[in-house]
Amino acid sequence: MSINEIQDEIIEEFDLFDDWMDRYEYIIDLGKKLPLIDASLKTEERLIKGCQSLVWLNAKQEEDKIIFTADSDAIITKGIIALLVRVLSNQNAKDIAETELYFIDKIGLKEHLSPNRSNGLVSMVKQMKLYGAALK
Amino acid sequence: MTINTLNKNNTIIDFEKIRADFPLLQRDMNGKPIVFLDSGASSQKPQYVIDAMNDYYTNQHANVHRGVYRLSQEATDAFEKSRRLAQHFINAPSEKEVLFVSGTTDGINLVASSYGRKFLKEGDEVLISAMEHHSNIVPWQMACELAGAHLKVIPINDEGELLMEEFDQLLNERTKIVAVNHISNSLGTINPVKEIIEKAHAIGVPVLVDGAQAAPHMKIDVQALDADFYTFSGHKVFGPTGIGILYGKEKWLNAMPPYKGGGDMIETCTFEKTTYNELPHKFEAGTPDIAGVIGLGAAIEYVQQIGHEAIGQHEQELLEYATTELKKIEGIRLIGTAKNKASVISFLLDGSHPYDVGTILDKLGIAVRTGHHCTQPLMKRLGVPGTIRASFAFYNNKEDIDKLVEGVKRAKRMLS
Ligand SMILES: Cc1ncc(COP(=O)(O)O)c(C=O)c1O
Repeated sequence: MSINEIQDEIIEEFDLFDDWMDRYEYIIDLGKKLPLIDASLKTEERLIKGCQSLVWLNAKQEEDKIIFTADSDAIITKGIIALLVRVLSNQNAKDIAETELYFIDKIGLKEHLSPNRSNGLVSMVKQMKLYGAALK
Repeated sequence: MTINTLNKNNTIIDFEKIRADFPLLQRDMNGKPIVFLDSGASSQKPQYVIDAMNDYYTNQHANVHRGVYRLSQEATDAFEKSRRLAQHFINAPSEKEVLFVSGTTDGINLVASSYGRKFLKEGDEVLISAMEHHSNIVPWQMACELAGAHLKVIPINDEGELLMEEFDQLLNERTKIVAVNHISNSLGTINPVKEIIEKAHAIGVPVLVDGAQAAPHMKIDVQALDADFYTFSGHKVFGPTGIGILYGKEKWLNAMPPYKGGGDMIETCTFEKTTYNELPHKFEAGTPDIAGVIGLGAAIEYVQQIGHEAIGQHEQELLEYATTELKKIEGIRLIGTAKNKASVISFLLDGSHPYDVGTILDKLGIAVRTGHHCTQPLMKRLGVPGTIRASFAFYNNKEDIDKLVEGVKRAKRMLS
């Protein structure tokens, strides 16, 4: 599936939820399920420092695609990471670099990606796109 | 002044009605009536303060200390009246010793920079504590670096109390100044500043007290404390942002070089040599935040009308209630359990990140602070990534705490 197809799919999934509680329960669930990044990859170079929560991001190139794995010490951050990984991992490097991530806003999680939320997510998205740009 | 706190006899304070004085507390957050438990970061403003600032801009504005015309004189009078209000608020002996600064951070920077330039030499020591706000760490690091002096740190115990025996050991003839907070913003610990000052003075060392968290909660008496410097922020005492007070003993302020150069702080200025204005103007370069000063004056009037005794009593009740109720939740760990505490509660929920708890509380309309609270070294010492912090002001009530407790329980259910 293309990046935008996945984004639309996520938006549809979230449309089923009536209120914020259900949305967050779902995100928390995703956070719990996200395959943890290999402990050996949780290194200083892969650490994105947010002042509230920490994020680790690993990128691996497979042909023209990039595989992302990631982790965070906060579960809600991790749940949102799971969504970002679902959208951007295993995609073409150029597409990753050029994509516009509209789903976050549409599913009502915009505040988590605000630059002053300082949870590391903004820097993580920037980093993912930089990988895309560097490897395309 | 219309204060909704006095009953018919104008005596007993009615803390249930007091919320009506604060327009912001009437709004919603995320569709729920706001439960504002972050006054430690910044308090809300009563209508009285908002009106005073509005009135100033509407009817009184002109630059101060400059014009001979009537309007400028009125503005100057209002401005200087606030200085006297602040003087009485902290019981300073003279208004010359009461400086307007932009806040606690600015007050500490002024002293660290100006006192540091004059009195800090290579090999000297500056003594702070392990529970300081970054604002009371970094300016001293900068001053030490400039002088080749060393920063020393009074350690704490696991409850979040200063180890006074260690303080005794650390205080020595190389110590040039001690800088500690009156109340810890992260833990709520009320520090024994009077004892610290006594001990420091016994060997001739001055003490700066960071009163950012104390001024909203307790009566400050710089003479009883015998503090050399005392500073606090207007926005935490129900006044506007961008204004604060630095009290300094005249003998120190006279000995210190000016911090910033500019208008108002000079006596005469030629290209060869400038002589400086007298206190307090020597340290107040440029057009000040006049509206802020007037707003701060109004905030002080408002707080004094209620009285620190009533405020303290009400807040201690809230603190005890919140501590008892939060402790009933399994998996709650209180961070900071000093015997002497102000109305700040830091806690963690076992197995949950503060960010997650804070996010869910936000959705429930509850404003708390999460993170390191600008005290990273303290968090490191306590071995926690940060905490969830609820801080109360006199406009909070038991219902707010009930909602907090319910919110934490809900967060716990969702996150575990
Ligand atoms: C203990 C303490 N010191 C200093 C500060 C800094 O105050 P301001 O940001 O108003 O300058 C704060 C504010 O959070 C504080 O709590």
